[in-house]
Amino acid sequence: MSAIILFTAVSIAQLMLAAAMAIAFVRMFRGPRAQDRIIGLDALYVNAMLLLVTFGIGTGRVIYFEAALVIGMLGFVATVALAKFLMRGEVIE
Amino acid sequence: MILAPADLPLWAAIAVAFFLLFGASLTLIGAIGFLKLPTFYERIHAPTLGTSWGVGGVMLASMIFFSVTSSRLVVHEVLIGLFITVTTPVTFMLLARAALHRDRAENTGYAPEKKKASLPVQEEGQIRPADN
Repeated sequence: MSAIILFTAVSIAQLMLAAAMAIAFVRMFRGPRAQDRIIGLDALYVNAMLLLVTFGIGTGRVIYFEAALVIGMLGFVATVALAKFLMRGEVIE
Repeated sequence: MILAPADLPLWAAIAVAFFLLFGASLTLIGAIGFLKLPTFYERIHAPTLGTSWGVGGVMLASMIFFSVTSSRLVVHEVLIGLFITVTTPVTFMLLARAALHRDRAENTGYAPEKKKASLPVQEEGQIRPADN
């Protein structure tokens, strides 16, 4: 019984997060200006991180957690660097 | 010892399913708002739904699941939750300021005008001859 509940919930959550990733990708592809694309990239990596954690719950392995942590950290640095580039035209002054 | 996911007690399965669906549906709602809202300054609000309770719900589900299956307290998901909670405002404030800067520089009409520097704090530094 609990396996059925868990399997259903994980499957629906994966579908929802995949749809959210697709929407963020659409915005990143279509976004009228550069800042929209950067926010789309940010939303894309946050959703990918959540999807990895959901995979970890589905398979019962802890290895996905570390991948999610790395994605979170690198994504933050990437978004800050891109925002700095938009502001100044260069990343390191 | 590690239990198989099928051996999870029923209350734990229901709690994990609830938090997982909660987080995932909030993330999806945030993504839909991100696609639908008309201007950039409105759009920047929508993905924060996913980075606040979206991350919170999925991380709570993961914590409950791994704590029950490995029969000890597993809290390392707090690390991701804390990190995302701290870094998202920094990122989005930098991005919003960059967008404001660009909109003002190009006069696109989306950005509000800068206020004139007529605050009393800045006037106190000046020498006023009427005081003497």
